[in-house]
Amino acid sequence: MNVLLDYLPEFRAGFLGTLEITASSGLLALVLGVLIAGFRVSPIPPLRAFGTAWVTVLRNTPLTLLFLVAFFVVPQILFQGASPFVLATLALGFYTSSFVCEAVRSGINTVPLGQAEAARSIGMTFAQTLRLIVLPQATRTVLAPLSSILIALTKNSAIAGAFSFPELFSVSKLLNDKGYTVAWIFLWTALGYLVITFSISGLFRLLERRMGVAR
Amino acid sequence: MSEVSVTKNAGGPAPAADRLVVLDNVNKHFGALHVLQDIDLTINRGEVVVVIGPSGSGKSTLCRTINRLETIDSGSITIDGKPLPQEGRELARLRADVGMVFQSFNLFAHKTVLENVMLGQTKVRRTDKAAAANKARALLDRVGVGTQADKYPAQLSGGQQQRVAIARALAMDPKVMLFDEPTSALDPEMINEVLDVMQQLARDGMTMIVVTHEMGFARSAANRVVFMADGRIVEEAEPNQFFNNPRSERARDFLSKILHH
Repeated sequence: MNVLLDYLPEFRAGFLGTLEITASSGLLALVLGVLIAGFRVSPIPPLRAFGTAWVTVLRNTPLTLLFLVAFFVVPQILFQGASPFVLATLALGFYTSSFVCEAVRSGINTVPLGQAEAARSIGMTFAQTLRLIVLPQATRTVLAPLSSILIALTKNSAIAGAFSFPELFSVSKLLNDKGYTVAWIFLWTALGYLVITFSISGLFRLLERRMGVAR
Repeated sequence: MSEVSVTKNAGGPAPAADRLVVLDNVNKHFGALHVLQDIDLTINRGEVVVVIGPSGSGKSTLCRTINRLETIDSGSITIDGKPLPQEGRELARLRADVGMVFQSFNLFAHKTVLENVMLGQTKVRRTDKAAAANKARALLDRVGVGTQADKYPAQLSGGQQQRVAIARALAMDPKVMLFDEPTSALDPEMINEVLDVMQQLARDGMTMIVVTHEMGFARSAANRVVFMADGRIVEEAEPNQFFNNPRSERARDFLSKILHH
């Protein structure tokens, strides 16, 4: 019990670290995921091929391996001297973007083809059709899988702790090494994760309810 | 209904400058199905051409190739002297000049009626919002759904939705309007409200290509009837000639099935 009170600053820093890395990589994953989903349904074959390759490579690579590449290969070529925060954001964000992309693409496929045809028939370009007509109508379907993906991301962020980024998991490891009772450490760590994941599901439930009224 | 044909330059070959849509030797396959076979068709400015034929004859496909919602395998399609470009910005620009009305309306479900009619103006034509809204309201009044402007498409009847769809296409000031079975998804009592709007358009001199099963509309509003069967244009004639005295056996057979019961 008193491990929390004794190490409150560490727990606090760890919680904020997890929150930070989840938010930054989540944002990156959402932006990239929507963009790559656009590539995958684009009429331009090279873009489609790029999108498919992106998803295939990133989705099928173990996340730990991506972290190894991000921390030991990427700084050799570009981003020299980048902080662990930036590198971990890249690894988590890229990895998660492939899942976001597929969720968005499945949402795009639920919008009746006639909507896109009507948009094209009044002279909209592909990008306009996607942005103004298809994606807004796909959002509702995409919300449910998206909240699952972001919750998984929250938990995946623990791997960043093993790569010298201070977050909840690395705090629990630190205290573990100091010999405190494992059960209490894990309880407080788990609670930290639950606060974040419950907030995510709550936010998405709210969004789903709001989108439901819009039509 | 004779007034309709009086206002049009019916009969006689039009000068080349007046050819608005020209299909030349167009072929298309869906897999093994040869859905359009050697289609030659010229539509002149101000002309109303009605395409009829049994289902599966390729008439909807023909309509959709004209704004390249369907690609063709060979042949050429030119609109106002310009061949249809490849997919991209130029094609988008050309599509803005070709209005299309679909069987299933395809109004943007997440936009209000007014926004549906404004969207093409503001995003494609770059008209400013106030002018676009004014024009949208005028068009909605013209097709008789002005009071529904702030509703969503799902709150409207089928006939109202299709009239909004016509207004949405008209908002782009198209050179030609394509109608792909515009009344086929409507309840019978709503068909006339849509046909009335189309009649009015025809009278106003709009160039129209109409795929339909409404023989009454073909008789009264068309300058020319194109009869298709099995991917070919079997017969082209003025409505009176076609309905009273069809030349081809295929057309006689088709008409006997739909006109007498």
